[in-house]
Amino acid sequence: MADESLVRLRGVAKDYKRGAETVHVLHALDLDIPRGDFLALMGPSGSGKSTLLNLIGGIDRPTAGSIEIAGTRTDSMTDGDLGKWRAHHVGFVFQMYNLLPVLTAERNVELPLLLTKLPAAERRKRANAALGLVGLSERAHHKPRELSGGQEQRVGIARAIVSDPTLLLCDEPTGDLDRKSGDEILDLLQALNQQQGKTIIMVTHDPHAAARAKHVLHLNKGQLSRDAAA
Amino acid sequence: MFKYLPLLWANLGRKRLRTSLTLASIVVAFLLFGLMQTLRVAMTGSPELAGIDRLITMHKTSFVQSLPLAYLNRVKGVEGVVVASSQDWFGGVYQEDRNQIAAFAVEAPTFFEVYSEYQLKPEEKQAFLQDRTAVIVGPMIAERFKWKVGDTIPMRSNIWTRKDDGGNSWPMKIAGIYQASNGDNQSMYFHYDYLNESRAEIRDMIGWVVVKVADPGRSADIARSIDDLFRNSSTETKTSTEKAFIQGFANQMGNIGKLLTFVAAAVFFTMLLVTANTMGQSIRERINEIGVMKTLGFSGAGVTFLIIAEAILVTGLGGLIGLGLAALASKGIGAAVAQFFPVLGMPPATWGIGVVLILLLGGLAAAIPCAQASRLKIVDALRKA
Ligand SMILES: Nc1ncnc2c1ncn2[C@@H]1O[C@H](COP(=O)(O)OP(=O)(O)O)[C@@H](O)[C@H]1O
Ligand SMILES: [Mg+2]
Repeated sequence: MADESLVRLRGVAKDYKRGAETVHVLHALDLDIPRGDFLALMGPSGSGKSTLLNLIGGIDRPTAGSIEIAGTRTDSMTDGDLGKWRAHHVGFVFQMYNLLPVLTAERNVELPLLLTKLPAAERRKRANAALGLVGLSERAHHKPRELSGGQEQRVGIARAIVSDPTLLLCDEPTGDLDRKSGDEILDLLQALNQQQGKTIIMVTHDPHAAARAKHVLHLNKGQLSRDAAA
Repeated sequence: MFKYLPLLWANLGRKRLRTSLTLASIVVAFLLFGLMQTLRVAMTGSPELAGIDRLITMHKTSFVQSLPLAYLNRVKGVEGVVVASSQDWFGGVYQEDRNQIAAFAVEAPTFFEVYSEYQLKPEEKQAFLQDRTAVIVGPMIAERFKWKVGDTIPMRSNIWTRKDDGGNSWPMKIAGIYQASNGDNQSMYFHYDYLNESRAEIRDMIGWVVVKVADPGRSADIARSIDDLFRNSSTETKTSTEKAFIQGFANQMGNIGKLLTFVAAAVFFTMLLVTANTMGQSIRERINEIGVMKTLGFSGAGVTFLIIAEAILVTGLGGLIGLGLAALASKGIGAAVAQFFPVLGMPPATWGIGVVLILLLGGLAAAIPCAQASRLKIVDALRKA
């Protein structure tokens, strides 16, 4: 079972310094997430959900403990290596979409591919395939401000999957959307999990959204607990 | 590299008004810079115009005072002097007072020996030398006033009057249009004899003497020998290199030039700072986007490179437009003031200095926000929504 883990955290702690005071956000967390899981991470606001997601995604570093993803220790990588690793292995989906406002949907989705050696035509093809997968082909040439929130988030998901990462990290992906658009996003994530075999970790405080996941974890006072219902 | 161009380009369109205003101030700043350079060189004289093997002998006090004609032959006799030729300022006016023309009365045959860079067709040269009312003119004024070889033009002088009728009309017949490789294309040269015989004021006096020496390395010695000839006479001379002469003439303008240059430089640097600040501001507003790009795997160096490239794209576009306008304007100014001092347009070195300034300005604008952005951790940058 442990060998099946895609994500393995051991004794992970995270402190933040706020002035002279140190805030202990996460305490000695152990966590194993199997490949192909769809995990919902719940907990009160400020409990450290985003912090945990960022540590797994390698955009932040733990104060203590080890993080191993697909057999690779990421906590000890250099910034440069970590960047390359992220580009290959992780797709991020943010609550506020975080698209570049000056670029069209297609260019936004293409952005991660600029880091590869793919020729322009191939980049364009893959960007459009990803847009097709999220059902936004006709909006390829629209800028973010010309799209609805739900459409923006679908562009965000297309950008996250365009380089075909194993792991999708979504931080409150439906947090800024109405119920209907939110449901469409959840449908999409579920499909990506079931049909494309993406491992997904989704932070949410909406039980309705969490119900779509295979497992639910609660983070409270720096400790994890498994949902009894799941 | 080219794959980033659409991104760079799109970023310029982020706030069109702000980009346009920034671009406009850069254009103006570099236009100013180009004009400043033109002015600086014009005011300090143009050494390109001077021959290194030429000396000018003039009145010790000022070049507006005349020398006796007899000096010319005595100068020709000085050891080391190849040839010498006299010149007089005519104060030429054509038709209207605003049409001031740099007209010189010269000793005709020796003129071409002293100034070998002035070329004429052989038949035109012969026609000029044979007719004492003949004149040769520069191609630019010939074109400006639609003059042709063979025309007789009614020149006037704002210095000399005629002794026959007390008027100031000096008809001259155009014998040829010269080509000068030193950029002088708006002057006219006619016979000293014509002036000397007809003017009422003085006779057998010349303005100054242009001397060609065999060995420029001995210029200082020869200049001293010439001045020694006339020392303790009633009309002492001062001989200097042509380069020093042109600069001395221009130094009279130099103080105005310095003041103008100082004001322009102050304005230029103020504009650079304002521009750098505006561009820096527009980058600081994008800290969150920088965080997103780093999340996607762009390195800190990569993002820095993109920001600097973007800044330099703006300064480069504005700077080159500004310098281009300055070059055009300098050409226009050069044409307008050519009779007072030689402006050869914007000095070519301006482009080089301009490119350095473009890179500096772009780098300066990008450096501070880039340093701030690269110190920020990704998670902190992302929190700046
Ligand atoms: N970059 C940071 N610097 C300082 N404190 C932070 C930082 N990120 C998060 N925190 C603090 O850590 C705690 C957990 O934050 P977060 O992980 O964003 O919580 P959640 O996503 O569960 O709402 C909060 O108290 C927050 O203020
Ligand atoms: Mg959060």
